Amino acid sequence: MAIELNPLEQFEIERLIPIHIGGIDLSFTNSAMLMTVAAALVTALLVLATRKAALVPGRWQSLAELSYEFIANMIDGTVGHDGREYFPFVFTLFMFILFGNLLGLVPYSFTFTSHIIVTFALAAVVFIGVTVIGFARHGLHFLRLFVPEGVPAVLLLLLVPIELLSYFIRPFTLSIRLFANMLAGHTMLGIFGGLAASIGLFAILPLGAAILIFALELLVAGLQAYIFAILTCLYLNDAIHMH
Amino acid sequence: MDPASAKLIGAGLAMIALVGAGIGIGNVFSAYINAVARNPASQPLVQPIAFLGFALAEATGLFGWVVGFLIFLK
Repeated sequence: MAIELNPLEQFEIERLIPIHIGGIDLSFTNSAMLMTVAAALVTALLVLATRKAALVPGRWQSLAELSYEFIANMIDGTVGHDGREYFPFVFTLFMFILFGNLLGLVPYSFTFTSHIIVTFALAAVVFIGVTVIGFARHGLHFLRLFVPEGVPAVLLLLLVPIELLSYFIRPFTLSIRLFANMLAGHTMLGIFGGLAASIGLFAILPLGAAILIFALELLVAGLQAYIFAILTCLYLNDAIHMH
Repeated sequence: MDPASAKLIGAGLAMIALVGAGIGIGNVFSAYINAVARNPASQPLVQPIAFLGFALAEATGLFGWVVGFLIFLK
């Protein structure tokens, strides 16, 4: 009986349907499949649940409305009324990351948000989008974001590079935060699982730890999606209202 | 010292960064508990900020973990 004792094996990409076009590997991988499943589930939840559109919502419609209101209130609270046009983007981001994180907790499944390239793509879209929005709304005046008001000129020499650095580090911190949380959580689950499988009677201890860490991972899955969404809203607020 | 053992020692040293994460998270929740204890009605207002603070504090600790991980695996 071969027990998977390598906690890092769960992060390997497998090509489910190999597709090579012109020397480029466009295979349909397990990561791509889970992204499709996440998108399909979110779409199914929202479309099917609001089909009847009852005034007093049933369970599924309640769930769909709850998720909508959650993000709508988040945008209202951070960006305000100007942020309404960015609601579809933030909602999609939140639901995709949430479902991706949660799907990864299913046994034998794969967490597509545990790969830096996926989270970096999402964070890069947010960063570039927010920067473009800032320049589109304020023109070159947007560069005033890095020059805080009422600061003596001598301190500016030190402050502007620090402000620039903290601005440009945003896509990296945004992506690494999500990827590191997912990687660390699942690695821990893999380690405790492997430990529980490889010792005999005392497996109850690492099993108990694995159960507790699984509960923590459920919390972290939701929390990290929320953090990604709210930081997107805060960066949007910085770009739209430059305070 | 051969590279393999230097790697292991380096990865272990990188884990010291998580001390900061622990202290930071403790600070955040200590402030949250204090705030709710003084004014229980503020709980729904303070809770999202508490979770935001927790995630940001955890994130900095995890940046250190990622560096250790990279050292360990490369």
